[in-house]
Amino acid sequence: MQVTKGVTCPFCGVTCDDLEIHVEDGQIREVKNACVLGRDTFLHHLKGLATPRIDGKPASVDACIDAAADILARARYPLIYGLDSTELHAQRKAIELADLIGANIDHTSSICHAPSLQAVQTVGLPTCTMGEVKNRADLVIFWGCNPAEAHPRHATRFSVTPKGMFTPQGRKDRTIIHVDVRKTPSTRMADAFIQIKPHSDYEIFSVLTALVKGHDLDLSEVGGVPMEEWRRLVSLMKDADYGILHWGMGLTMTRGKYLNIVAALRLCQELHRFTKFQGAPLRGHGNVVGMAQVLTWQTGFPFAVNLSRGYPRFNPGEFSVADLLARGEVDAALVIGADAVGNVPKQAAEHIKSIPLICVDPKESETTRVAKIVIPAAQAAVAAAGVAYRMDHIPLPMKKVVDSPYPSDREILDRIIAGVSARRPELVRRMRPAASAGA
Amino acid sequence: MGRTFILITGRSTPQGRTIHLGKDAKEYVDVVSALEMNEADMAGLGLGDGDAVRLASRHGHAVLRCKKGNLPPGLVFAAYGAFVNALIGPDTQGTGMPDSKGIEIEVEKHAGH
Repeated sequence: MQVTKGVTCPFCGVTCDDLEIHVEDGQIREVKNACVLGRDTFLHHLKGLATPRIDGKPASVDACIDAAADILARARYPLIYGLDSTELHAQRKAIELADLIGANIDHTSSICHAPSLQAVQTVGLPTCTMGEVKNRADLVIFWGCNPAEAHPRHATRFSVTPKGMFTPQGRKDRTIIHVDVRKTPSTRMADAFIQIKPHSDYEIFSVLTALVKGHDLDLSEVGGVPMEEWRRLVSLMKDADYGILHWGMGLTMTRGKYLNIVAALRLCQELHRFTKFQGAPLRGHGNVVGMAQVLTWQTGFPFAVNLSRGYPRFNPGEFSVADLLARGEVDAALVIGADAVGNVPKQAAEHIKSIPLICVDPKESETTRVAKIVIPAAQAAVAAAGVAYRMDHIPLPMKKVVDSPYPSDREILDRIIAGVSARRPELVRRMRPAASAGA
Repeated sequence: MGRTFILITGRSTPQGRTIHLGKDAKEYVDVVSALEMNEADMAGLGLGDGDAVRLASRHGHAVLRCKKGNLPPGLVFAAYGAFVNALIGPDTQGTGMPDSKGIEIEVEKHAGH
């Protein structure tokens, strides 16, 4: 029995790094410290595995990589997508490949928390690490998010029950408020639940900001909630020693999109006149933040980047995955560790099914089912090591706990880059003119 | 005759767990093909737990099975998945993000099963 401690979980953005994994005969037998989602990620790592194939017929991994390079070398307006479930070095390789072939590159954030990224570009982000939440926050607001189901250990590690430096009594030292359009299992963690009408978030944040500024408004209710309740919430926020607003896709996916989060962050900023009040999105995949980090430090932009002119351009709505596909613009796609077909609107899914589609994934999905080329990969953080960024931008090492017969995402991308470079040497010269001249 | 509802799509623990069994696994399909509804709303449409319901939006339609859920009247919930994706339109209003929550849909008892 091989026991590995301090293992990082790749499932959600809490990216717990205290798991203990027991492996026997190449199979994970026991997972300690994980939530049910993390435990099943590791225990079922051999279920539903993808197989290498071209046009539905079994093929070697080498042949698949070669065929993928062939498609991407000839593509005129390709898309590289997925990437939030893999590790940082593979993400860097995907950006290198996008730069080489002049691709659009986008990741699953695009249809998840991208509006949060746009809001941060618009008004900035008053934020903190989850360590600070644990040690300092005495008022925690969960707005349009459901951590009890999507981030099960967030509450016990950081935001609800743990004892911290200035929260020595743990749960007793915190007031927890849940705001949502429906009750969820997260409601049970809260001292108070405020049920609002769908699509009323922007209006509510605007009213709360006005109340914080001292304006009294002649309204009886906002978002289906009496003004008295909002006034009580504003008092709680102003009186807190350290507040944190956590939001989820209840804000990003509803009417207003990034403007909802702009309004939420402006509220947090306004509250800083009275106390410390931070904002932090609850992020989905284990390394979703890593992709935005590496894409930003390499291109200047966090998602929806187009490299077809040889320099990065950023335009959500134009270079974002749902729009590129729904308009039928891309002529080939490489999807890494994501189920594009299963996760985009139907019209977008129809287009990606109609073009040469390469899917790199440890497991079968609706995307592998229709892909022209399927390249199975060693799953990051299970069978491939690397780096992940936790949802509060803290880098953590991902360990390898079992072997896989297949290469890692990083190696597959490296070999595709080599294959494209061999077929299109002029692309390499365009990227590295000085190096080519020297050689 | 159907009634208009607001559809919220989202994550759930059963969805997060069963996805590891594979997207073809019966356990996963059962989770993402379920529509949670308010009990009184179900009664109003003559629906019982497990009945097939037809959902239609401006962009497409889907058939799911309904079940009683802790939801306010007029709101229905389904876990993310290929079934409800059929109802989501491609317009992102220039943001990249489709309208995946708060979608206006018609719900009616499905004639077939």
